[in-house]
Amino acid sequence: MTSVEATLESSAKRSLLSRLRLNLPFLIWVSLLWLIAMLLVAVFADQMRPYAITKMDLSARMAAPGTPGHLLGTDDLGRDVLSRLMQSIRVSLVIAFGATLLSAVVGTGLGFLAAQFRGWVEGAVMALADFQAALPFLIMSLAVLAFFGNSMVLLVCLMGFYGWERYARIARGLAISASAQGYAGAVVQLGATPARVYLRHILPNVASTLIVSMTLTFPEIILMESGLSFLGLGVQPPQSSLGNMVGFGREYLTQAPWIMLAPSFVIVMTTLSISLLGDWLRDRLDPTLR
Amino acid sequence: MLRHILSRLVRSFLTLMLVMTFAFLVLRLSGDPALILLGPDAPQDAINAFRERWGLNDPIWKQYLAYLVQLLTLEFGVSMRDQVPALDLVLSRIPATLAITLPALLLKVGLGIPAGVYAALHRQSIADRGVITLSILGFTVPSFVLGLLLVLVFAVQLGWLPSGGQEGVEHALLPILTLSVGGIGIMARFARSAMIEVLGQPYIRTAMAKGLSWRSVVWKHALPNAAVPIVTLLGFMIGSLIAGAAVVESIFSWPGVGRLIVTAVANRDLAVVQALLLVIASSMIVANFLVDLAYGLLDPRLRSRRAAH
Repeated sequence: MTSVEATLESSAKRSLLSRLRLNLPFLIWVSLLWLIAMLLVAVFADQMRPYAITKMDLSARMAAPGTPGHLLGTDDLGRDVLSRLMQSIRVSLVIAFGATLLSAVVGTGLGFLAAQFRGWVEGAVMALADFQAALPFLIMSLAVLAFFGNSMVLLVCLMGFYGWERYARIARGLAISASAQGYAGAVVQLGATPARVYLRHILPNVASTLIVSMTLTFPEIILMESGLSFLGLGVQPPQSSLGNMVGFGREYLTQAPWIMLAPSFVIVMTTLSISLLGDWLRDRLDPTLR
Repeated sequence: MLRHILSRLVRSFLTLMLVMTFAFLVLRLSGDPALILLGPDAPQDAINAFRERWGLNDPIWKQYLAYLVQLLTLEFGVSMRDQVPALDLVLSRIPATLAITLPALLLKVGLGIPAGVYAALHRQSIADRGVITLSILGFTVPSFVLGLLLVLVFAVQLGWLPSGGQEGVEHALLPILTLSVGGIGIMARFARSAMIEVLGQPYIRTAMAKGLSWRSVVWKHALPNAAVPIVTLLGFMIGSLIAGAAVVESIFSWPGVGRLIVTAVANRDLAVVQALLLVIASSMIVANFLVDLAYGLLDPRLRSRRAAH
């Protein structure tokens, strides 16, 4: 027991970075490499893809994977699946990144507001969180898309509401318990403004828990966006996303399953990698689990 | 206990009001509801009558109140496409959805909980690893990928099962399987971690020290205490019985509520969308309310703590 306590204590003293560098398990390496590869694809999609995403080759429709010039085959219009896949990875990742950041900022902000003002502000934020929990997110986004029509900006903003209530609950709880601790009280006594107290003192102390929630929300947003796009209500053609590729590939399930299998594989691998990484990070970083 | 129930009822009602307000706001922000609900080629006198009936010429707060009264009397308007009351259309789809979501729920509970408990009691065993792997896959494989893979294997390659339609039991098998696989894993993972946490508690050590058999420690002391987090997840699953199958229903062209959502949204059939929103939110709210009641029954500590507030 004492040896465990000693390791815990010494690991707590080490900096964040050196804690992260401690023996990375094999699976985590694989996940990291996959995610880095996906990031590179997303950033350099324009340079890397062999064809334009709308370039059709009607003489080579539904060519099987491994056809010279079309590594992953072509789709029903003879468009190169690999090129479209790269563009889709970029679109899906950009949406997921934007939405994750947005929902973390909105949720944390509202949670801090609730913790600072208590009273009716807190009541209102918690009522909104109840509302979000009562309406399945897919249904809510479908309703909004039905009323407003879809555009890329609206889609990102909408996805940006995904999971905000979790950040709000976490941030509120952590901020309330932080205000009860000495350090927050001390800076308040020194005359710091609430904004300074929350952003400079409380936020860094609760950041690791919030970052872990972000790694948990990120794959869910990818799944949500691809679900919407799969149903034909998310990203619209000619633009392409992973879910929308699966949705279109579904029509050719019997003749050309690779159209749908390639993006499916990328979705599963990416969400799996982030989930594994998130679990691992949580075990390492989350102080509430210590 | 009564006060607890009352306060939860008030809160549930407030949440329902918020959902209604959301529908109102989205409806009003997106344009003239008369045109939206009646369609662009509605005759002018119908539009006038509609504006009169819904009080669209009144100030916005009056409209809001009138709207709430409309909803409380279950007036949701008429489906643009099918020319039937929107609420009837929604309700008529519920049995088909329940026909696949209820068996899936039974599988999740009947297989997930025992698997999770077994894994917790035999940690690091093959069964434990299997439960963890399955639950991770449940989190990461989207239902449309799983559904299409199942179609590819069982309908296209093997030809054992049909890939869509709703004639008999064999048509329901693939949708039920798609809906339940991930949920079984998630349920198992929840049950596993709840059991592991409970098994580490001092009262389990006390029960062991009293010389009780392992079997009675597990059944009488560990399981009832592990029930609280499991019930939370169960409540969520019950709440999504109606709306949780939208994607799966579209894959297998199953004529349930989920398909209706997707077609209503694609056709901008807004009266139906609005009726759907309220029916779905009500089912979630009722499920959450039941979970809260169950907490009180399962855990006397929660009951007294809430009563003390």
